[in-house]
Order: sequence, then structure tokens, then C-alpha cells
Amino acid sequence: MLLIHCPYCEHDRSELEFRWAGEAHIARPETIAEISDEAFAEYFFLRDNDKGVTYERWRHIHGCGRFFNAARDTVSDRFLMTYKAGLPKQPVADVAATEQTIETYEQTEGDAR
Amino acid sequence: MADVATRTTPLRGTHGGSASVRLTPAAPAERLSLRAASGDVAALSRALGLELPERPKTSASAGGRTALWLGPDEWLVIDEGEGGLMAACAASGALHSAVDVSHRNTAILVEGQGAAATINAGCPLDLSLKAFPVGACTRTIFGKVEIVVLRTGEEAFRVEVWRSFSEYAFGLLAEGATDAAL
Ligand SMILES: [Zn+2]
Repeated sequence: MLLIHCPYCEHDRSELEFRWAGEAHIARPETIAEISDEAFAEYFFLRDNDKGVTYERWRHIHGCGRFFNAARDTVSDRFLMTYKAGLPKQPVADVAATEQTIETYEQTEGDAR
Repeated sequence: MADVATRTTPLRGTHGGSASVRLTPAAPAERLSLRAASGDVAALSRALGLELPERPKTSASAGGRTALWLGPDEWLVIDEGEGGLMAACAASGALHSAVDVSHRNTAILVEGQGAAATINAGCPLDLSLKAFPVGACTRTIFGKVEIVVLRTGEEAFRVEVWRSFSEYAFGLLAEGATDAAL
């Protein structure tokens, strides 16, 4: 079982209490009524779906109820960091550089943070 | 025909436990789901007669009332005495949202040497006294249902659960109690 650090509860909690909520740091266009269909589709439907480090929104739905942001490696399933909603994108370069990418999540399951 | 309505509780008549754990449906209580911003907490605390906790996983009790921190601006307030929580909040003068959830929840008291192990049968939370001391509380998950758990003593917990889930919660706690006594 993964433990996820909730920045509001300030505690590592079981993954069972959390729900994924899509890609993070997507800003709603301020002139949304005027943008082209292509620009709207880009904002509304299209996601990067990167392999590797991604920034995601998560919600501690069965805990404090808060949305927050997380940097997660989609290959290792490892949470690199979590931080409160509203904060700018936090760099993970230092964290990522020290982590060896392992191809199967079973190998990292035990020591996930 | 009787002219008085008789109150029935969702877990009426149920009892359970094992050699090391007692499971008891709690008496009906008044409950409030309270939301407020940090600037309004002091006035609400004064009106309720207790200090609304502002740290994660903490609770505060006074005069038969207990306030449980659920989130940064959310509390579950339980009154086991005279009641009057809504009126107290309304008189506070502070901006807030209060919803009476007295009948949404019911509670199960889990007491005895195996109490923590019983809850851990369906909940991965660390319930050791170090991580979850007396007075600690949180919303979490128990098997398939959401609960709010409050440690009322070294070997005593109050498990708040939505009433329609209470039979399931009681059943799983009874299983856990049996396992805890092995
Ligand atoms: Zn939380």
C-alpha cells in the first residue's frame, strides 16, 4: 500500500483515503468566451500524459477533504513531493536526479513515500 | 395508540464484541458539520464554549461538547448533553456554515484492550498511542465506508459513521473484535 503525504494533515496516509483529480497547474483562460475551438480543446480536453514525472491534483477525500498538488513518477508510481493547492509548481529536479528509475512498480511498492 | 413517538436508533438491539473488546451503539447525540474561515474561529469557539482545534488530528472537549478537526476549515461538533449547537453558532455573529447532521451519523463505542486492533481490521491508520494519542481524531476509511474516529481513552474509541453504513461498520467491527481476541 502506498503512503501519500497530505500537506494539510501533515501526515503520511494510506492511498485508500485519496482520489486522483487529473493534471495540475492548468490555468483556465481568462477570456474563455473568445478563444478558438482549438484553444478551448487544448485547455479543456488535451492532457500531456507524460511518462515519468508528472504534476497532478489529488484529493484527500476520506481525510481532510482538501485538493492538493503532487509530483509523481508515473513509471515508478513514486510520489516525489506533495504541496498545497495554490502554490506554484515546485521543482523536483533534485529529487528526480537521486532516484533510480525502476521499471515495475512492484519493486518500489515497499518503500514508496 | 400511543401519542408519543418512540425514538429508534439505527443500531437498536445490536451488541457485539469479544473477550478483549466491547462494542456498544452510542446514545443519540446532537451533531454539527461546521465550516468557517480562520478569522471566525475565535468567535465560534466563544459561542460554543470550547476551543475549536486548529491543528490536524486534534479535538477539544468542554461541557459535554467535543469539536473534532476534520479539515483546515471543517469540524464535527458533537453534543452529548443539552444540545443547542445550532443556536450557539447562530448567536456567534461569525460567518460560518453549520449543518445539523445529528441524524446522519450514529456512533459505535469500541472499548477494551483490543480496541485499536479491532479498528485496524478495516483501517490502515497507525493507532498506536504515540501516533494517535487520547483526543486524536480523523476522518478515514474503514473497510468500504468512511468513518470519523476519535480516541476517547487509551483503550477506547468513538467511531462516527453514516447511519445507513452503520450495520456494515458494526459487522466489520464485530469481525475485528473476534480477531483481536485471538
Ligand atoms: Zn489531508
